[in-house]
Amino acid sequence: MQIELRNIRKYFGPVKANDGIDLTFEGGKIYGLLGENGAGKSTLMKILSGYQPQDAGEILFDGQLQNFSSPADALEKGIGMLYQDPLDVPAFSVKDNYLLGRDRRFVLNYQVASQELEEMTGRFNFQLDLQTTIDNLSLGERQQLELARLLVGGAQVLILDEPTTGISTEQKEVLFGSMRKLAREEGKTLILVSHKLEEVQELCDHAMVLQKGKLVGENEVPCSNETLVEMMFGRIPERSERPDAKFGDTVLELVDVQVPTYRLTIKNINLSIQKGEIFGLAGLEGSGQRLLLQACAGLLHPDHGKIMLSGQDVSGWSYHRMQNAGVGYAAAGRLEEGLVAGLTLEEHVELAKPKHSFFINRKELYKETETKIEQFQVVGSPVTKADELSGGNQQRLLFALLRDNLKLILLEHPTRGLDVRSANWIWEQLYLRREAGTAIIFMSADLDELFERSDRIAVFSGGVMSRILETKETSVDEIGHLIGGQA
Amino acid sequence: MDSSPLILTLASIVLASTPLIIAVCGEIITERSGIVNLSLDGSMLMAAMMGFIVALETGSIWFGFLAGMAIGALFAFIVAFGSIRLRQSQFAIGFVLTLLGDDLSAFLGQNYTRIPGPMVTHYPIPVLKDIPIIGPIFFNQDIVVYFAFILVAITWFWLFRTQPGLRLRSAGDRPEAGFARGVNINFQRYLYTIVGGALVGLAGASYSLNIKIGWSEGITRGLGWIALAIVIFGGWSPIRGMFGALLFGATKALATYLQRTFPEVSVVAFNAIPWVLMILVLLLVGSDFTERLVTIAPKSLQKPLQRLLRISPPQALGSTFVED
Amino acid sequence: MNSGRWMRWVWPAVPIVGALVVTSLLLVAFGAAPLEAFQAMYDGAFGDQSKTLSVLAFWIPLLLASTGLLITFRAGLWNIGIEGQIVMGAIAASWVALSLNAPAVILIPLEILAAMLAGGLWAGLSAVLKTRGKVHEIFSGLALNSIAIIFTNYLISGPWQPPEGGTFRGTAPFQPNALLPLYENSRFSPLSLVLAIIAFILVVIALQGTFWGLKLKAIGQNLRSAFLLGVSSEREMILAMVFCGALAGLGGAVRTLSWFDSLRQSISGGIGFMALLVVMLSNYRIFLVPPIAFFFSMVLNGSITLQLRTQLHSSLGGILTELMVLFVILFGDWTKLGFSRKKEDDG
Repeated sequence: MQIELRNIRKYFGPVKANDGIDLTFEGGKIYGLLGENGAGKSTLMKILSGYQPQDAGEILFDGQLQNFSSPADALEKGIGMLYQDPLDVPAFSVKDNYLLGRDRRFVLNYQVASQELEEMTGRFNFQLDLQTTIDNLSLGERQQLELARLLVGGAQVLILDEPTTGISTEQKEVLFGSMRKLAREEGKTLILVSHKLEEVQELCDHAMVLQKGKLVGENEVPCSNETLVEMMFGRIPERSERPDAKFGDTVLELVDVQVPTYRLTIKNINLSIQKGEIFGLAGLEGSGQRLLLQACAGLLHPDHGKIMLSGQDVSGWSYHRMQNAGVGYAAAGRLEEGLVAGLTLEEHVELAKPKHSFFINRKELYKETETKIEQFQVVGSPVTKADELSGGNQQRLLFALLRDNLKLILLEHPTRGLDVRSANWIWEQLYLRREAGTAIIFMSADLDELFERSDRIAVFSGGVMSRILETKETSVDEIGHLIGGQA
Repeated sequence: MDSSPLILTLASIVLASTPLIIAVCGEIITERSGIVNLSLDGSMLMAAMMGFIVALETGSIWFGFLAGMAIGALFAFIVAFGSIRLRQSQFAIGFVLTLLGDDLSAFLGQNYTRIPGPMVTHYPIPVLKDIPIIGPIFFNQDIVVYFAFILVAITWFWLFRTQPGLRLRSAGDRPEAGFARGVNINFQRYLYTIVGGALVGLAGASYSLNIKIGWSEGITRGLGWIALAIVIFGGWSPIRGMFGALLFGATKALATYLQRTFPEVSVVAFNAIPWVLMILVLLLVGSDFTERLVTIAPKSLQKPLQRLLRISPPQALGSTFVED
Repeated sequence: MNSGRWMRWVWPAVPIVGALVVTSLLLVAFGAAPLEAFQAMYDGAFGDQSKTLSVLAFWIPLLLASTGLLITFRAGLWNIGIEGQIVMGAIAASWVALSLNAPAVILIPLEILAAMLAGGLWAGLSAVLKTRGKVHEIFSGLALNSIAIIFTNYLISGPWQPPEGGTFRGTAPFQPNALLPLYENSRFSPLSLVLAIIAFILVVIALQGTFWGLKLKAIGQNLRSAFLLGVSSEREMILAMVFCGALAGLGGAVRTLSWFDSLRQSISGGIGFMALLVVMLSNYRIFLVPPIAFFFSMVLNGSITLQLRTQLHSSLGGILTELMVLFVILFGDWTKLGFSRKKEDDG
């Protein structure tokens, strides 16, 4: 079956998530869909699999125009999507989950379910316990079940969204084996949405790259990683001339740190950051950088190894304790994890103060907030509510709320969504902090930013941290290789 | 043998528990779809009143039950509509309705208090009623009682062995997954909240038409809250809910019995038990105690134990679902 | 839309008027003239001095409970357990009244203290069950309400039964020293009014003017962001519940030591739930709470005269207030009745 997407457009307010995309997929091939977060991959795939309608453009199957009313409708017409977090019901048993929406039969037929599941698992060599409930299964097993369900449901086209994050190597082999079988032997079309260049190289026939809502490149695969990286990130940034900065004592040290979470575990993290240093974390979303930042902030705790702040073991310290010890943290989700919609600017300023008096002195607070507004050039007044600010101003506000004289500042995507002027201004502020001796660790999807601002860089790929690179002595090639997962 | 006081007491416990059993089944259905109907207590009062009045005026018990079901469904519909369409708090709406139901039933029923009325006819089942012990307790009752037990079986079967039941449960457990499989989540919630509410109304009517014949202000007051508690410590399962309701009836009877010998202790201890149980169950649900218990049990027992101990609420209970 | 601004002023009255209309319809259906009925209610509330004083006396505990709920609602908590907190306060005050013999100057402050402590601890129990045990406060509140009532019944029919035997109505009347001094022959205690005013002022200051109040506001809006900004939600939630419970307990003491003269079976008279309605009807605006509570008291007390004059059940008062709250909840937010839908961003 041939799938054609013509001029697909999808807008969310002013944001052009999909800005006129034309793509064609042929049966029997495996495609890789690449692009950083916000490039529009998930939006496009959601449209293709029936979760969202497009604002404009057409979808054609073998030349026939298609209109999906729901994901179930799309599946009936032959296209199914496997989410990174499979859309199953954790409380259901495996068979119940399989049977949900399967057919119109009134009474559930467990015999048929068992038969079909066994046939599937046999075909692809899945090792599944069919007698248990979904929440007892690992992520990889849940994926296998969902895959089986989609295939039985008649999917000729399968979209897999980041399937290999959080599954074991064996499960990955099984998954890839089944994908190859589906494409080569059964003529199905597979679309792999992935961040891992290495896997795209291994599995796919053809790669397509999206950037800022548009298709920016296609290539036969395997090819060189640089080609892909170049397509994803735009022009190769110049190696910057970095002024030599004076560093002080070691302020943060991570020794053999391992941080486990359900989806991903980062291991063997060894890191040593000095006062005044700016350390950049590169890598595509979901590769583990965020976990590192959260561990350093005390939001997550290592189950192995030590974290030391100024020589003191802080491995088990709570977030608030770390805050009081001079660690500042700014998350990427400004309104979800940092600002309180409904509270005014001056209320935020008051909340963020390290020391509080019992009573709030409104007059003084107003003046203080005005000072901060001027200092950080926030467009708003002390009584404006946080959710009334634009994204850029929200970021400025988050910065204004960071305490003075911090030892360490941890930032997720500090300039995401900001125009160049605001981004530069934020970095001016950070340089001021670093001159005062604060160490800064930040993660970013913008290679330019990483090259220009960091003293040293580490790259995360699939939960593994690369060796640490001096920015002066590295190049895009090296970064590209490391992002792709080759050390 | 037939009429030993113990047997009679047990039979009366079964009878007295029927409204609770029916109400609990109704609320389980509602909560499994993701909505908490806090108006139970008020609904039951309204239904008891309406059921009695309609039955009295029309001369037909069945119209009375129908009226009770209608009012229960109406209250539930208001909760669902206010929550899904108007996006207000289910808790707030249900809470006001509970109080409103209490006052409204007192007002509307003021001319009908302490009047004798029609009652459901006794209907012992031939043959079955002669089984020793079980016979007189379970099969020497009336239609409403038989209905209650059949309802438990139907509810269980519907929830766990049918496709519609899967859809219903997906709405309460993980609406996104249900949506992906073609389930219309809001429709499920409307449908089963109304059905559940109708059952709650049926329960209320059965009180004034079957248990304590006639209407007087506040006769079912408190039962709705207890039903909510039983739903929780029965783990949202109809069979365990049935046992919970029977247990509650039994503790009440036991309390009355013991009151003669130990006046003070019994009152406190037995009346408080369902509530303490509910808190304990909620504590268990919130902790990972049951999971740890399962992991230390012998391998062969683990799966059945897990199924038995599964007491977690529908995960999407109380939250709204917005389609893309 | 220019009508937008006009709507914002006019619309809030619509649910209220709607409730009045529906209540009037009910009256008509039962053969009473609405105007007469409302007149009867008014007379019942303000007809003579003793009635007005009753309205005041009923108002105080309701105001105390509502004031307490302002704290918990600010923190995003549904303190349904307020009924139990009132009851426990009443029980504690009764315990002091029945156990100690002392002049009023000593007895009354002790009773008040005991009541606030008991109410606070009972609320604290709900709070800890929530923060440590993840038990939702609605369910722990319901359970603790019932347990408090059961406890009351036990005390009344058991250890504290009056000399003529336990009749489940109440204890014997307390010694005069234990009771709050009343104004003339009414049930109104000026002291309780002073306490209520002080409590209200303190809560206003706490919520609007202290750092703690700001923390509660942040928790109530966005728990995660509040946490990241440095607010320890556990501690603040527990404190909020405890303070609310203390005020509720004080309300219970006022009920048992002035409205009644003993511990009774329905000592709280549904005031806790009523207080929830008051705060909901006021849309959580602090300064609307005292007048709305007063309105509730007026309607409910006036309904007794309504019943006497028109033979209609006094629950009509409750119906009116509950309809108001229901309509305000359902239809009060006119923006949600419209057809605008916001698209979620999920690129």
